[in-house]
This record gives sequence, structure tokens and C-alpha cells, in this order.
Amino acid sequence: MKQSVTVSKTQEMKLANAAKVVLSKFKIKTPKFEVKTILKKVIVPLASILLFIGLWHMGAKALFNVEADFKIQKALTDQGQEAADAMAACIASGDISCQPNTLPSPAQVWESFNTLIADHKVISADKLAFKEKTAALNAKRIAEGKEPITYTGRPSFVDQIFTSLKTVFAGFVLAFLIAVPIGVVIGLSETLRNSFNWLIQVFKPVSPVVWLLLVFMIVKTMTKDSNSDSAFIISFISVGLCAMWATLVNTALGVSSVDKDYINVAKVLKLGPLQKVFKVILPSSLPLIFTGLRITLSVAWMVLIAIELLAQSPGLGSFVWEEFQNGANDSNSKIIVAMFIIGIIGFLLDRIMLTIQNMVSFNKNATA
Amino acid sequence: MAYLELKNVNKTYGEGKNATEVLTDINLTIEEGEFVAIVGFTGSGKTTLVNLINGLLKPTSGQVLFKGAPVMDTCHERGVIFQNYSLLPWLSVGQNVAMAVKEAFPNEKKKFIKERVARYVEMVNLSPAINKRPMELSGGMRQRVAVARALAMNPEMIIMDEPLGALDALTRGNLQDEILKIWSKDKRTALLITNDVDEGIYMADRIIPLRPGPKATLGPEFRIDIDRPRDKTELNDNPIYKKTRNAIIEYLMGIGEERKATAKEIYELPELAPKSFVA
Repeated sequence: MKQSVTVSKTQEMKLANAAKVVLSKFKIKTPKFEVKTILKKVIVPLASILLFIGLWHMGAKALFNVEADFKIQKALTDQGQEAADAMAACIASGDISCQPNTLPSPAQVWESFNTLIADHKVISADKLAFKEKTAALNAKRIAEGKEPITYTGRPSFVDQIFTSLKTVFAGFVLAFLIAVPIGVVIGLSETLRNSFNWLIQVFKPVSPVVWLLLVFMIVKTMTKDSNSDSAFIISFISVGLCAMWATLVNTALGVSSVDKDYINVAKVLKLGPLQKVFKVILPSSLPLIFTGLRITLSVAWMVLIAIELLAQSPGLGSFVWEEFQNGANDSNSKIIVAMFIIGIIGFLLDRIMLTIQNMVSFNKNATA
Repeated sequence: MAYLELKNVNKTYGEGKNATEVLTDINLTIEEGEFVAIVGFTGSGKTTLVNLINGLLKPTSGQVLFKGAPVMDTCHERGVIFQNYSLLPWLSVGQNVAMAVKEAFPNEKKKFIKERVARYVEMVNLSPAINKRPMELSGGMRQRVAVARALAMNPEMIIMDEPLGALDALTRGNLQDEILKIWSKDKRTALLITNDVDEGIYMADRIIPLRPGPKATLGPEFRIDIDRPRDKTELNDNPIYKKTRNAIIEYLMGIGEERKATAKEIYELPELAPKSFVA
């Protein structure tokens, strides 16, 4: 018996050796198992996610119990023992009508996420059907010079995300167009920098809400006779105005602190003023300008939610606010879904900016 | 008329109480086609002197005359090789040189510029690296790019501010020969600022020591009467070389001693005994 075991072992080894030979012949490199790297790059982040979900689950459960006890107690004092028992049974059965309203658990949030996706599919299918149905009629209406009939149903969660992205992009472009040229001009002239400094310092810390109200005052009057989408205009302008300060300050700093050696080169080569700006000053301050733009984009995304909420402009912000006002059974978990989506999109936007920065800038080691 | 002339030039940084006089009473004449070296200690105001001559700075008093006219601004006739290369890091080697060529020859066609860039990059043996960024190059290569950039503008006068200071001995020797070759070919005027006496003797017609600042001023000139082309290995046995070198070093050492002697402050060291950790 023992012998046979050893035989089979040697056979196994032979097989393994043969396999190694075959592998080396085909030049297949067995990936090096570095336990430490895997531990560092996979296991630890995974563990932290699990820990987060676990803590969240337990916290949600504790809050749920507190809320449930309170509900039962209230039924007991208001309506007596019978009602309290009925309430306890109702809560235990999971009936929607009597669930305590508190922090949703991870499972509930995941469920709501799936609901929202399913909802999006239904609405998209509906839209598509509507389009097909009205295609012939719309073609006729356009031929007659009339406005085509458009879909006016409620937007899905995914539609809201795209609306928000559109607003933030418009705001970001506005911030870019305002802040970079002004930053360059202010950076070039010390006199201008000193004379405009107070303005920047005063307006920089102003809250997004106040900007919104200011923009509202102006845009409301300006768009009085046009039928343009004033809610969108108000929200993107407010986003741009809130977010542009980081770019403005960084651009001015970058332009004013160009290495003196480069300025000397420009002088010795006798570059004209415009060429000096475009060929020497701007390229050398590009890393700082991009740092400013990255901050601008993340600030824009952050204030967007608050501004949409107040401006009644469609998007993730109004989605969150409507869900909060709605108070349906799964409203809380939908809000948490929106929270995660907002966070993830913000993170992705920052990564995109970082990639662009590394592509255009000579300073290749910019990091998060 | 002298080609370049500095008359009683003073340069002061700052104003009022904080004013420091860096250069005092500088008088210098350089004839056309001459190679002049200025040697001095670090921090003696060499770079300030260079910037006065190339037009980046203006003298507080006195005059800098170039071909008889006062220097008001930088100009393409005086090419500068900076101490710290000063290449633009976002441009490749070729683009760095091209930028200078385009400025010096604004009316030329693209083909002319491209050829000229290629020629000067080739001259400093950097053709394989023409598309590389300065960051990817070694110190010596960067300095060669700076040389190519300055020379591609076809300046009448080359001003070099410690151009080889940061290089190793071998690269240094090669570039010295390179610069001498270019200088002798077109018989340009050259001004070399250096802290290396041997480099000065090997390359220049005249050496002028700069007495250390503040209030730096030029010392007596030393003529180098050694025939060109000079051979580095033979130079060591040349009696003129030995004599001149000793004279210059003696002069510079003398300044150093003088400086030490004029130091007034006496620092008293506190009486401290080492602490015993054994007991």
C-alpha cells in the first residue's frame, strides 16, 4: 500500500515536470504569485468594502429596532395592548404599510438600485414605442412646418444622471471660459492681481445657494420673453460661478510664478508678448491650471446637487429631493442609491481629468 | 572703437538701506573676434555681469556699449548660453532649437528652419535625440542643446555663463573643443564666464579675474600667448601655460587671503564638555 502511494507520487512529479517542460517550450510564463501584492491590492480593499457593508448593515438594523420599538410603544400607549401586538406582527411580517422609516440596509439599497434600473428599462421601452407610434405623424407635422410631438413622460433615474452630467459639463465649460483668460491676465500683471484680489477673496467663499439666487434674479428677467429652459440656464450658470474660483486662483498663481529661467529665455529670444504667453507662460503653468480645473470639476459636481434641488432643474439633485418629499417606502434607499451614484460619477470625472492632464502636460508625474 | 565696452559700470540690488552693491566700477573692453574669459569665485557677481552684457539687466550707473551703442535690451546679435541650460521642458530638442531659429529668421520658409535646426542639432551630435524631451537627456546632452540653440541664431557674439559648470570632466573637454571649433570657424566674439582657471587658459585669449563681491570689480588681465589650436596634453608642459596659471592662481588665492583677513567677526565657541553616558 505504502509503495503504491510513493509510486503515484513519483508519477505525479513526473507529470508535473512534463507539464513544466511543455510550458517552457511554448514559452508560457506561469504568473508569479506574489502573495504580498495580492494581499495589498485585492484582499485589503475587498476586506474594507466588506467591513463597511457589515457596519452599515448592523447600524441600519440597530436604527430599525429603535424605530420599531418606538412604534410599538406608541401603539401601546395610544390604542392599547391589542393594537401594539398587531403592530409588532405587522412589522415582523414585513408589510409595507407599517415599516419603520429609517436608514435602509445594504440589501434594501441594492433592491432599490435594481428597481430603478428596471424602471429605466420600462420608460425607455415606452419612449421607443412612442417614437415609433408618432414617427409618421411627426414627419407629416415637420413637413407642414409644425413642431413635432415629443415624449413628455417622467424621466427615469438614468435620464436624470445624464441631465445632471449635461448641466455640470455646461457649468464647467462656462467656468473654464471665464476663469482661464481672467486668470492669465491677472497672473501677468501684478497691478491687476493686487487690485482684483479683494474681489476674488470676497466672492470665493460665497455659498452656492447665494450664487443661485443672484443668477436667478438676473436670468429670470433676461429670459422673460423667451421660451428657453430657464431652470437649466440658471443651474448651469450657478454651477459655473461657484466652481470657477479654484481655476481662477490656480491659473493666476501658475502664470505669475513661471520659472525665471524660462522668462529669460523668452527675453533673449525676443519673443513677442503674445508668443511669450502662448509659447512659454501657458505651457509652463499648465500643470497648475489643470490642478485648478480638476478642483473646479469636483466642486461643480458637488454643488450641482444642491443647486438642482433649489432651481427645480431636473437631474440627480431634484431626484434626491423628490424622493425625500415623496416619503414612499423605498424612498430612503433610493436616496442612498443616488448618493453612491453621485460619488462614483464624481470619482470617475476626477480620473478623466487626471488622464487628460497627464496627456497634455509635460509634467508626467501628476498624481491624485 | 571697441566691439563691446563697459564703462564704470555699477550694479546695485535693492534700494535705500537694503541696497547691496554687487558690481563696482567695472571697466572692460572686448575687441571683435576675441575670446575673453572671466574667472571668479562663486557668488562674486558673474551672472549679474553676464546679464548686464546681454541686456537682461540694466546698470545702476555707467554704460554698457555694444558696437558703440548702449545696450538697452536683449538682441539676437548676442547669443546667450545660460548656466542652467534653461531649455523649455515641454518642447523636444528640435522644437527648442526651432523656436530660436524662427525668432532669429522670421522671414524664412519652413524648409530653411527645419534644415537649420537639423544642422545645429547634428553639430552637437544630438541627431538621434532630436525628438526627445530635455527631461530624457543627461546633463551634458542638455547643455549641448543649449549650445545648439544659442548658435543656431547665428549670433555675432556668444556669451557663456558657466556653460560647462555642471558637467563631468570628459563631456566638459569635448564641449570645450566643440565651442572652440565653432568660434574659430566663423571668428565670432566670445565671452566665457567660468570658475575653472584651466578652462579659461585653454580656451581664451585673455583672462580677467573678477574680485569677489559685494562690490566686485575686475582685476588685472592676463594675456595667454599660446598658439592655437592648443593641445590639452601638451599644454601641461608649456612654460607659458605654467607661468600664467600660477600667476592667476596666486592672484585669486591672494584675494581669498585678503577676504579672510578682512573678516572681523570672531565667533566664540561655547565651552562644552562631552557628556558621559557610561557613569
